[in-house]
Amino acid sequence: MSEGAGEAIIHVRDLTVGFGAVDVIDGLSLDVRRGEVLGLVGGSGAGKSVLMRTIIGLLRQRRGKIEVFGCDVGGMRAGERRAIERRWGVLFQHGALFSALSVRQNVQFPMREYLNLSRRLRDEIAIAKLEMVGLDADVCEKFPAQLSGGMIKRVALARALALDPEIVFLDEPTSGLDPIGAADFDELIRTLSRTLGLTVYMVTHDLDSLHAVCDRIAVLAAGQVIEDGPISTMLASDHPWIRSYFHGRRSRAANNGRI
Amino acid sequence: MDGSTGLAGDQLMTSAMPGGRVELRAQGAWTVERAADLEQSVGRALGASKAVRSVDIDMGAVARLDTYGAWLLERLVRDIAAIGGEARITGLAPRFHTLVGAIGRTNLAPPARIRHNPLVAALAVVGRATLEALLDLARFAQMTGALAVAFARIVARPWTFRLTSMVHHLDRVGWRALPIIVLITFLLGAIIAQQGIFHFRQFNAEFFVVDMLGVLVLREIGVLMVCVMVAGRSGSAYTAELGAMKMREEIDALRTMGLDPIAILVAPRIAALSLAVPILTFVGSIAALVGGGVVFWLYGGMAPEIFLSRLRDAITLDHFAIGLFKAPFMALVIGIVASVEGLAVAGSAESLGRRTTASVVKAIFLVILLDGLFAMFFAAIGK
Ligand SMILES: Nc1ncnc2c1ncn2[C@@H]1O[C@H](COP(=O)(O)OP(=O)(O)O)[C@@H](O)[C@H]1O
Ligand SMILES: [Mg+2]
Repeated sequence: MSEGAGEAIIHVRDLTVGFGAVDVIDGLSLDVRRGEVLGLVGGSGAGKSVLMRTIIGLLRQRRGKIEVFGCDVGGMRAGERRAIERRWGVLFQHGALFSALSVRQNVQFPMREYLNLSRRLRDEIAIAKLEMVGLDADVCEKFPAQLSGGMIKRVALARALALDPEIVFLDEPTSGLDPIGAADFDELIRTLSRTLGLTVYMVTHDLDSLHAVCDRIAVLAAGQVIEDGPISTMLASDHPWIRSYFHGRRSRAANNGRI
Repeated sequence: MDGSTGLAGDQLMTSAMPGGRVELRAQGAWTVERAADLEQSVGRALGASKAVRSVDIDMGAVARLDTYGAWLLERLVRDIAAIGGEARITGLAPRFHTLVGAIGRTNLAPPARIRHNPLVAALAVVGRATLEALLDLARFAQMTGALAVAFARIVARPWTFRLTSMVHHLDRVGWRALPIIVLITFLLGAIIAQQGIFHFRQFNAEFFVVDMLGVLVLREIGVLMVCVMVAGRSGSAYTAELGAMKMREEIDALRTMGLDPIAILVAPRIAALSLAVPILTFVGSIAALVGGGVVFWLYGGMAPEIFLSRLRDAITLDHFAIGLFKAPFMALVIGIVASVEGLAVAGSAESLGRRTTASVVKAIFLVILLDGLFAMFFAAIGK
């Protein structure tokens, strides 16, 4: 928890990622410190998902360096990758639950792959994780097609947390949730990051989330991080996009009473 | 790294104290990597705590704790309470308090796994399969009806027909299927001719092989082979496309716009299939005859002119017409089965796979069944 706080757990330098002739990410540098909740914002199509997918190794960079836990993500062998991958959890934009498996099996899937646990312990931990993300034990035997959008996100979060990772990556965790559900989810992320000492890397569009959860915000535009700091830095920024994003009509309500 | 090496399972050490007390000393990393060992230690500690009133668990030397460790601790406390003891946790580092508190609130009501009587379960399987078969029939009938309605509407208002869509599908299931169909039927004709010549040669009856080839290919094999290919190639594609649309709620979106998915998605596909299969059957039958002719020429030593004149004597227009007559019906069956299965896809990827397989298997089965019925029908009317 407090151990090594402040040290960069994710370290990105001069990263360039592109498709065809376009570089979506162009010379980007970013540090995420252990134990913090980082919010990444940016316009639709700015490359937030691409950046996240590159950091977790799903896309390959053209140039630049990515280190997670001090290991170079690009130049790793399969065995090292596996060791790293169990130390992070990922919540994909649409949940990405395995549709053929029940909720319990989804949450237990990483445990089955990586750990040799008794069935009793697996069942108990799965229930404990589901309750941690605010679900009841009776969703266990349901299948993803039977769940609502908010429940899918919660189950996916429980699955991402299955192995007690040090980092969780969240891609727009509250998109598609109603405001109350989204606020609950923000609260949940805050609590979990405190309780479990998680480092959270969160892509979001949700101003409320930024206010409620994030210790630090990074703004992605034109393939680079154009501003980075706490919400007060954002509100003070002169950059036109940041101004309209944080001072626009939609943001007034979110800012209200917090400045 | 955390000083917990040494005796196996020594992350929880037990010492009996006077006065019916047990003290457990925890140490090292209580984390997910050690969870399997830790569970055993906890089990042993519980064994040592039997018939003891009071158990102290000293967590002071625990360096790291995560949900796995916290849960095992919580489980130990609960299990001790369940056998009538009382457990106290001491020395827990403040930084672990929130986690242990949160895990302590876990409300374990493990969902009751329903036990089935094996006999009842076996009967249930049979019952479900029967019901499923009946439902299949019902769905087939329903789709046929819905199609009839859709086509009736199209006849009343022809401009609503999705011509572009149909032409697109005709290109996919007809034009693009031609090469493989021609190749396969050519080979099939060649094989029938070769086998016939080889076996009938001893009776000097090679001439009759031409009759057999002509009748067999034009009446039965041509259309059957084409239908099997089409079911595997295009029926499966229809099912997968419709199924994926169903999964992504595209079908529901059409419905909410007041549009009929049958008219928009299914009708053009089936119309394309009903046009393509007769054409493919025609081309395939010719390819099979050509394949047979080539074998007669090269292997049987029969000049093409002789083969052709013999063929002209052997076959009548009826044989040819019967083969072609069956084709659109079979196309209809393939298309309807593919659409029914596609629209029956439920949420999961597995269901999509199962439906696609079912579509091909059922279509081929029904095509062969239909061919049998046609054979009986034509025999009855003396053709
Ligand atoms: N696999 C891909 N192939 C080509 N272009 C892609 C691919 N994935 C993303 N892009 C492009 O990269 C840009 C950033 O996408 P994305 O990261 O998904 O945006 P967002 O910030 O909304 O998450 C978009 O312009 C998108 O078109
Ligand atoms: Mg995105």
